[in-house]
Amino acid sequence: MNLTLILFIVLAAVAVASAIGLLVSRNTVYAALFLVLNFATVAVFYLLLGAPFIALAQVTIYAGAIMVLFLFVIMLLGADKLPRGQVLPWQRPMAIVLAAVLLAEAGLLLFQRLKLTAGLANPEASVNTTQALQTLGLALFSQYLLPFEVTSVLLLVAMVGVIVLTKKEKGEPG
Amino acid sequence: MAHTIPLSWYLAISAALFAMGALGVLIRRNPLIIFMSVELMLNAANLAFVAFARSFGVLTGQIFVFFVMTVSAAEVAVGLALIIIIFRNKHSIDVDLMNSLKG
Repeated sequence: MNLTLILFIVLAAVAVASAIGLLVSRNTVYAALFLVLNFATVAVFYLLLGAPFIALAQVTIYAGAIMVLFLFVIMLLGADKLPRGQVLPWQRPMAIVLAAVLLAEAGLLLFQRLKLTAGLANPEASVNTTQALQTLGLALFSQYLLPFEVTSVLLLVAMVGVIVLTKKEKGEPG
Repeated sequence: MAHTIPLSWYLAISAALFAMGALGVLIRRNPLIIFMSVELMLNAANLAFVAFARSFGVLTGQIFVFFVMTVSAAEVAVGLALIIIIFRNKHSIDVDLMNSLKG
């Protein structure tokens, strides 16, 4: 049992446990913090998979920017202590059954299809990280330059849209 | 450090996280938590992308993950703005109250 395997198992347990924590926590702030933990463990998975750029982008964008936005809105709305509405009696068992069916389908597909490819798990023994980063940057700015620029337009549109949506009309009360 | 974890293990984790995200969308009625569950599902898909990229030795998967992250950032910004507007109009954010398009 080597170090990578132990690390993988611990990370997998933390990821699944934090996802369960997100599902069951009553307080929205706790749910957001569980999600931050989950994003952090997934970032370490990316590092294990030899993708340092994606791992750091995950920490900055998801665990940083997006979750700060979430926490900001939670505290702005005071949504951490919402009153509980009445729950449909069949909603929870139904949802659990549907999720179990989804998981079973995914597992079935995984083990049917991966019988063919289970052997090719890792063609190259170890990736040179610096070289991989260089290749990624070059691909992003040459082959994928157009999509890259389109995302900047997308972000601009989202920003303008949010400002227009949340702007109050003149004279509109509070 | 030699890399010994099989691809299918990463895919299993990804499937488990995705199913939990779907479960969260189905059982919770706070739209903020539903949003977080959607982020969890996107994240599970990203993990599968990176695992496949590593397995096949190509970088396209990582580049696609980068674009998914950008799009989800935009989506979160717009979605949270909508939640704020709904809260301003209805003074509540229970999903059961959002049953009409008219504010």
